[in-house]
Amino acid sequence: MASGVKPRVKVPKSASAGETITIKTLISHTMESGQRKDSDGNVIPRSIINRFVASFNGETVIDVKMEPAISTNPFFEFEAKVPEAGEFVFTWYDDDGDVYEAKKSIAVN
Amino acid sequence: MNLTRRETMALGLGATAMAFLPFRVAASATDDAVAAFTGGAEMADAGVTLTAPEIAENGNTVPIAVDAPGAVAIMVLATGNPLPNVATFSFGPLAGSHSASTRIRLAGTQDVVAIARMADGTFARTASTVKVTIGGCGG
Repeated sequence: MASGVKPRVKVPKSASAGETITIKTLISHTMESGQRKDSDGNVIPRSIINRFVASFNGETVIDVKMEPAISTNPFFEFEAKVPEAGEFVFTWYDDDGDVYEAKKSIAVN
Repeated sequence: MNLTRRETMALGLGATAMAFLPFRVAASATDDAVAAFTGGAEMADAGVTLTAPEIAENGNTVPIAVDAPGAVAIMVLATGNPLPNVATFSFGPLAGSHSASTRIRLAGTQDVVAIARMADGTFARTASTVKVTIGGCGG
């Protein structure tokens, strides 16, 4: 599942210092569970994103260990504190070794 | 085939054991996952909130939300899935609140369990039953 993976992240453009903001992330991925069978009865091998990490200026916001029970196109919504202006980095780790990354800057007013 | 009373009893017992076996295997997989997370510690009933729909029409995407003020990590389990583990949320120093929401797969009607590990090393547990109309693990 190295092709067609597209991360989408919603972060406000600006916040006041110390404010708590809500972040929504979505990444297109089939999240093949390893439980399904194809029309010949063969098990389709597992291929999922197994970890998602969000960090801000190098400090962790949330670190999620994902299992096959997470739905197709994994979606997460969570809150983060913004102590200063900087950059959010979102990283997804695929079973096949691929790493998908998205970055969003935020200004402090 | 003539069976003595003793043999009949033995057969009945065997059949009963067979009937209960799958459930026991499923339960122990959940118990193993819980033990791996808590190390067998006691779990309080209050302190963690799990928001899940009462009825989910499509088991492929069931929206859930967990919230546990003061938690360092929250584990979510689906007790009726072939693999009970769903996700473990670990919160870093910049987490705005100890809550998160996502979408999960449920194979059928079952209990969804959330266990939170608090900063002081204690655990809290909650469960919520979700009725699923169409299962989400494929055939």
